[in-house]
Amino acid sequence: MRKNAATERRDYIVSVRRSQVALAFFLFIFLLIGHSWPAAAELFRPETFNLSNGMQVVVLTNRRAPVVTQMVWYKVGAADDPWGTSGLAHFLEHMMFRGSKAVPPGAFAHRIAENGGTSNAFTSWDYTAYHQTIARDRLELVMKMEADRMANLQLDQARLLPERDVILEERRSRVDNSPAAILSEQMYAALFRNSRYGRPIIGWAHEMQALSLKNVSAFYHGWYAPNNAILIVAGDIDAQELKPLAEKYYGGIAKRSIPVRLRPTEPKNKSGLQRRVILYSADVRQPNLRHMYLAPSPRSVDPLDICAIQVLTEILGGGATSRLHRKLVLEKSVAIGAAAYYEGNFLGETVLNFSLTPRGDTEITQRMMALDGALTEELEDLIKNGVTEEEVRLVRERLIASTAFARDDLESAARIIGEALATGDTIEDIASWPQRIAAVTAERVNKMARSILVEENSVVGQLMPSQSEGKP
Amino acid sequence: MYMKFWPRVRGVTFGLICGVGVLAASSGMAAVKIERVTSAKGIEAWLVHDGSVPVISMSFEFRGGSALDPIGKEGLSEMVSGLLDEGAGDLDSQSFQKLLEDESIYLSFDTDRDIFSGRLRILSKKQDRAFDLLRLALTKPRFDPEPVGRIREQIETRIRRNAASPQHIADRSLWEAVYPNHPYGRPSEGTPESLATLTVDDLHGFVHSRFTRDRLIVGIAGDIDAETLKPLLDKAFGDLPAQGGTIDLPEVEPKIIGISVIDRNIPQTVVRFVAPGIPRRDPDFFAALLVSYILGGDGLTSRLAETVREKNGLAYSIGAGLATLDKSALISGAFATENSRAGRALDLTRAEWARMGHEGPTAAELAAAKTYLLGSYPLRFTTTNDIAQQLMGIQHEKLDIDYANTRQEKINRVTLTDATRVARRLFDPSQLSIIAVGRPIGITESSVPPSPRKAPSEPRSK
Repeated sequence: MRKNAATERRDYIVSVRRSQVALAFFLFIFLLIGHSWPAAAELFRPETFNLSNGMQVVVLTNRRAPVVTQMVWYKVGAADDPWGTSGLAHFLEHMMFRGSKAVPPGAFAHRIAENGGTSNAFTSWDYTAYHQTIARDRLELVMKMEADRMANLQLDQARLLPERDVILEERRSRVDNSPAAILSEQMYAALFRNSRYGRPIIGWAHEMQALSLKNVSAFYHGWYAPNNAILIVAGDIDAQELKPLAEKYYGGIAKRSIPVRLRPTEPKNKSGLQRRVILYSADVRQPNLRHMYLAPSPRSVDPLDICAIQVLTEILGGGATSRLHRKLVLEKSVAIGAAAYYEGNFLGETVLNFSLTPRGDTEITQRMMALDGALTEELEDLIKNGVTEEEVRLVRERLIASTAFARDDLESAARIIGEALATGDTIEDIASWPQRIAAVTAERVNKMARSILVEENSVVGQLMPSQSEGKP
Repeated sequence: MYMKFWPRVRGVTFGLICGVGVLAASSGMAAVKIERVTSAKGIEAWLVHDGSVPVISMSFEFRGGSALDPIGKEGLSEMVSGLLDEGAGDLDSQSFQKLLEDESIYLSFDTDRDIFSGRLRILSKKQDRAFDLLRLALTKPRFDPEPVGRIREQIETRIRRNAASPQHIADRSLWEAVYPNHPYGRPSEGTPESLATLTVDDLHGFVHSRFTRDRLIVGIAGDIDAETLKPLLDKAFGDLPAQGGTIDLPEVEPKIIGISVIDRNIPQTVVRFVAPGIPRRDPDFFAALLVSYILGGDGLTSRLAETVREKNGLAYSIGAGLATLDKSALISGAFATENSRAGRALDLTRAEWARMGHEGPTAAELAAAKTYLLGSYPLRFTTTNDIAQQLMGIQHEKLDIDYANTRQEKINRVTLTDATRVARRLFDPSQLSIIAVGRPIGITESSVPPSPRKAPSEPRSK
């Protein structure tokens, strides 16, 4: 079994620097627990408390190694970039490594490395997170520096200009050099016409080029504050040990009023609307078919419905025994790989994705049509006849059993919890996830399938080879 | 799979396992106790028993990877690695996969040039079923026509996808160019032509000849003790043939090719570079590890990152590090820069390379590199999966079970004189082989440049 089609599962996370190992492992865990992030909580029994300035603190204890991971999550992301300044949240993430009053430019990463630690950061549409992993006895060093840059970031033109070139290079690496990434970006733009998720996290190049000191400074002072942040410390420490340190380093930072996070919803579409995005490129050797369906925001529907979507995703495209694999790959032989994934932790309306790789060597337009037809047929069959209780039972058990693995990896657990908290879940929501999964019925899965898998709510994307650049 | 020419993650080779650091010495790795477990049938495994989570991770390998695939049969290892969980014994593909999924057993196989490896990640209560399935996969794979055809097409799909990726184009070209007459230069995943020649007999032949006990290495961590493990080791590996014989693969020095440009109509040039490295068993290995970290270590702190990225904004990601194969040694690096600035980025990279070769590191840089390599050691031991990988990697390099301690001493003992000597040996710009994919301005093809200063040859301890 080769993991094939799901290579772009987390393509929206954008990071201050590339970290192959961390990302690969992130993906691995993600596959393992099938988007069921929140499962870790109950098993870890996270402790949580608030500082007087409103900063939430979460502690995950595991004493296997004398190591801690600190993460600070800000409840702000690319969807909060003001119009005309796409890429701003991510640019600020980069600038956070360019120094403060107490830490000269470049010294942040150096000090951590000199103390045997690692550090990085990442930006999504709904959150921005900074993290370090380091020996337990160096925790105060990273807490001190992280707290310092929450309040005392130094921004000037000399620091800004080279970093703006860096993010433009990052865009070229991630997007402009990759037809698959360009297609993905355009599909998001087509699916989200009103929601801010239609703009890429990294930004549109022409707007990135114009990002100014004023933009970055206003964003920083508007959103970076303790009452808009979550501190998560995982590893060889407990709440009693952490509390005085959290008070000492973060407790003195003043709270401020935080803007409202706008997540406008999509308009209802007239039935019969079809949206297709096709990219022809001479660089494409391997075509790909994608379907994206608008899915409800976890914030706007019954939490059980979100779990039902997670179960639906697994039944359809969760692995070698999933429906799409059995029907499209094994029985009909129209695909060589088929995967489904649901972006469950968005603040606004979100996406249910399907990614399929066509099989065979006949004329490509015909093959893509056949594959598209076969996928649509499978989805229609599911809507008409529904999933079975047995399918639901097996997936429920699998998802719940796999939660034990999340305890094995603290850094991933901290990410799971941070992502959930930053997008509006509570610790209790996270803890009760297995119970909610256990309560999912076939009826609820079918209800969600029928409301989501509707053509007018979808965008179809095709990555197509061409003889010459830009020509079909 | 993205940075194939990047330092591999197989642990020890790149100093991911470092000694008990000065930072961690007091509290540190004493907590990780490695046991040598030998089963009744003589299967040896290294074990870290940790019952804090009801999970077991096992990493195992058979020495000998895709470099041993016969000429014309490239991709054989890759095919087998994709097919072992596609049906075995009485279980066809779907039955096998369904058991794995229903029992939450994560079983995967992989191959690189030097090893064929597997990973098992399970809930400890599922250990019997999991080791049964592993035994079936290793001893009775079915290679039914449907999965064989499908996995072949999946690999072809990946080859086509890679053919459109500038990173992969650069990697592939570089391997081919620096190892022109050695199996390391051939494509691990094969070619459509070589994949087409692979028969079911080839696949069975691979399984019978390559999965042998004398080539087996096992690392395991998690909720299992030695006595419980022993019969499971016998169950999974006990029936494998005893001897596979010595691995017939010659030592090879990388060829130096100068600069090669591959034209692609993309906005950003992808640059890969390599130079001769230093063997794992060379007494100067740790000095090399330190100086290569100072020049190109992952992150924002290396000299290359400071010059090319932080000061000049010329790349998002730049780095270089040791890449050690069983039969060859490289130092390897990469960056990507918008076409019009690619020449400038390469000039800066070469200048830093030369400066490190001439001057070596400063005392402060060396001290900082030591504290990083020592202190980051415990970070590699936080999950059972990581621990199992490390245990496998240490054994692969034929290092001692107390390697963690000896490693610390060796890193600490590296002096500035050692580091400067080794920097001179490693960082000679005339030894660089460079591939640029894109439409770079300021990078021109050239064959091997005249060597202004031959890298002094150090005796190799073999």
